[in-house]
Amino acid sequence: MVKNNCTIKLGGEAGQGVESSGMGFAKAIARAGLYIFGVQDYMSRIRGGHNWYQIRVHTRPLYAHETSVHLLLAFDERTVHDHSAELVKGGGVLYDDGLKVDQSSLSAMDLIPMPMPLLKIAEEVGGNKLMMNTAAVAAAAGICEFDLSYVEQVIRDNFGRRKGSEIADRNIRVANHAYEEARKRYAHLFEWKLEPIPGAPRRMVINGNQALGLGTLAAGCKMVSGYPMTPASTLLEFLAGQARKFGLVVRQTEDEISGILHCIGAAHAGVRAMSCTSGGGFSLMVESLSLAGSTETPVVIVLAQRPGPATGLPTRTGQEDLLFALHAGHGEFPRAVLAPGTIEQCFYHMARAFNIAEKYQMPVIVMTDNFLANSIRSVEKEAFDFAAIARSIDRGALILPHEEDKVTQATAEGYRRYELTENGISLRIPPGHPNAVYSVAGEEHTPEGFIDWEETAHNRNLMMNKRMKKLTLCAEEDMGVYEFYGPEDAETTLLCWGSSYGPVREAVDVLNSNGMRVNMLHFVDIHPLHWDAVGEVLDRCHTVVAVEGNFSAQFSRWLTMNTGRRPDAKITRFDGRPLNPDFIAAELHKALIRV
Amino acid sequence: MAAPVTLTMKDLQSPVEPTWCPGCGDFGILNAVKRAMIQLKLPPHQVIYFSGIGCGSKLPDYVRANGFNSLHGRPVPLAQGFRLAHHDMKVVVVDGDGDSYGIGGNHWLHIMRRNPDITHIVQDNMVYGLTKGQYAPTSMKGYVSTTSPEGTIEYPVNPIAIALAAGATFVARGFSGDPKHLADLIAKGMEHKGYALIDVFQPCVIFNRVNTYDWFRERVYKLEDEPGYDPHDLNKAWEKAHEWGERIPIGLFYVNEETPTLEEQIPALAQKPLYQQDIPPPVEMLEGLKEIFV
Repeated sequence: MVKNNCTIKLGGEAGQGVESSGMGFAKAIARAGLYIFGVQDYMSRIRGGHNWYQIRVHTRPLYAHETSVHLLLAFDERTVHDHSAELVKGGGVLYDDGLKVDQSSLSAMDLIPMPMPLLKIAEEVGGNKLMMNTAAVAAAAGICEFDLSYVEQVIRDNFGRRKGSEIADRNIRVANHAYEEARKRYAHLFEWKLEPIPGAPRRMVINGNQALGLGTLAAGCKMVSGYPMTPASTLLEFLAGQARKFGLVVRQTEDEISGILHCIGAAHAGVRAMSCTSGGGFSLMVESLSLAGSTETPVVIVLAQRPGPATGLPTRTGQEDLLFALHAGHGEFPRAVLAPGTIEQCFYHMARAFNIAEKYQMPVIVMTDNFLANSIRSVEKEAFDFAAIARSIDRGALILPHEEDKVTQATAEGYRRYELTENGISLRIPPGHPNAVYSVAGEEHTPEGFIDWEETAHNRNLMMNKRMKKLTLCAEEDMGVYEFYGPEDAETTLLCWGSSYGPVREAVDVLNSNGMRVNMLHFVDIHPLHWDAVGEVLDRCHTVVAVEGNFSAQFSRWLTMNTGRRPDAKITRFDGRPLNPDFIAAELHKALIRV
Repeated sequence: MAAPVTLTMKDLQSPVEPTWCPGCGDFGILNAVKRAMIQLKLPPHQVIYFSGIGCGSKLPDYVRANGFNSLHGRPVPLAQGFRLAHHDMKVVVVDGDGDSYGIGGNHWLHIMRRNPDITHIVQDNMVYGLTKGQYAPTSMKGYVSTTSPEGTIEYPVNPIAIALAAGATFVARGFSGDPKHLADLIAKGMEHKGYALIDVFQPCVIFNRVNTYDWFRERVYKLEDEPGYDPHDLNKAWEKAHEWGERIPIGLFYVNEETPTLEEQIPALAQKPLYQQDIPPPVEMLEGLKEIFV
């Protein structure tokens, strides 16, 4: 018997409730004190097609999914066909007995067919065929001999309050019936079990977009505007849902151009502002990004990547837009690029992005991707330290126009919005006070903010140097977040950025347990960096292998461009599927042969 | 921050000299904008002008007030973001026909159905001046220019009709050759609670040799002089919007004071302007969010 270490996969057509069932089951398992990692795969359609949801369970914190599956819940025949090969020997395939499934071929693969009268139970016990999903999840719980009360709690949460307890009661009756039946039939055949951890704390089950949402709220962002685009939409939706409570203005604009310009306008007024999008929408924002750079307006943009080019693979994942984000926009202007790798990092670095934006009066791009945005993990409540974020808020050289005394004092000898200073940062007083009346321009401007009609070389040099030198200070004072994981004296270092953190970290564990000496070097901070220091970090590593979710190993190129160091090998994935520990381990062996 | 009792042209004088060509229609608009501020006793710190790119979009530098010279076609969304963050400020967009009727047309369409309290002055010279004479979205059919040497084959945008169809709550047209009348329209637009479009005939004395001051003077007449014209009548306004040729109407085509503004409908703005609100939210309130996820 294997306790609390398995992967359960649910599959079916879009519209069959694969995601909601998977999410519900994951929540129930997490409430039992177990750690979960949930990843989903779906198609760009609302009905039909094929979606799946995979939940990995363990007693230790999880950072990635595994490819092998132990129990498959098939809502349709295609799921059995497509995913049986992923099951380990002795794995179970649970499905409604109305589906046409070739049991003998499953048995031939050493799998256990587990037909169940799910539809019949839903209709006869619950009086509604829609309760089939409840029956399926409960049956899975029965097979794993998992305490059904955790599933019942989730059912109550989902149906109890909203639709009246009668529906919840009927679902619970369905659940009990399916649970007992499945347990009786199959539990004794199935090796993997789920057992609650007594006294475990209640943990949050949360995905990357939700963590970014919490970071946004914690940082005091008050203006959110954007246009829906997968996989960024759920962040916009989460914040729209909190708008009334937290006094946010959330606008769905006519396009992404308007989305970022709403933010620049609000930031010009002294409000923290954020827009979120994916690569296509970010492409539309690029001209305005340059405007934010020129006018030194602090805005935060979440770029949740998906594979391109063009519409690419709209529901899949990739890390293809790094060099684009680093160079987007005409002309040269300062910006920062951050790429959190975990749920916790999404929270903290999102909040940090607002501080960097305001301190250096420049745009900050926070990069995630579909994998990080939508994968769920159970995380300790304490991991989200709102008080620490509140203490860390730094609005830089900002005086708001209603802070009468401060404005009067600061403007005693006049006010110039783009005053030339030693570090390039000028006092920012948003419009509204009689002592600070000024005009700004995207066009090259004077320290007063007026357009420099003569386009003089002298003024141009002053303003370019003023803006660009903010990066030097930023690199020194506020950037440089990277992390080593694994043995210090590793023979191989897996170099990665952003969402690869989880899969690479888990790969390091697997590889070291197999006798290799491998560690991970992960970067959250991409730009600006103190490159001499980064070069020294790289010099401490032996064989460096870049691991990235794109074709051309973009972060590796960025490092080479700035440090002259070149990783020894690369592992890339660009098929739209997330990196995972098994893939990395397998590819590493191939890559090392080539070194 | 109390408003001064009186405001003069001198108070609105910018240190920057206009770079416009002698005789440019933009002078009339600059003059009218200043007159409107004086008429409404609006001190410089309580007004902000958002402009696009083009000759006329240089205007924010030429009036003592707050300004933001942005990108071609983009001042409209920029102004909305600012307005939502600071709704005590009088927000004015000044851009050209290429900005809002061309490259930024989508933004224009959508600001009208939202009805934020923003005054929108479009400098409509029916030609591209700053890029030296190409045809514009409002150029008349057959207009000969450097990019239409045999005359345009497109029909011009009808800004008044589009604004009426899109739900604009204040739709007017002025003529920069009559700055007093224009100032009055701008002042009315600024006072209007909601989105106000003021399309302005603004002759380009260098590149548009067709739609000259004389051409307009021969044709324009004021709607307020039309017996019985009521700007609350949408059907009448629609009819007048299509009048073009021997006689061309200027003045207030349509006004609707009933539609709520965008700002009025946003709960976060009920108490005080967004920029004045304390951040971050109380930690206890944030802590409560965790319960969504357990």
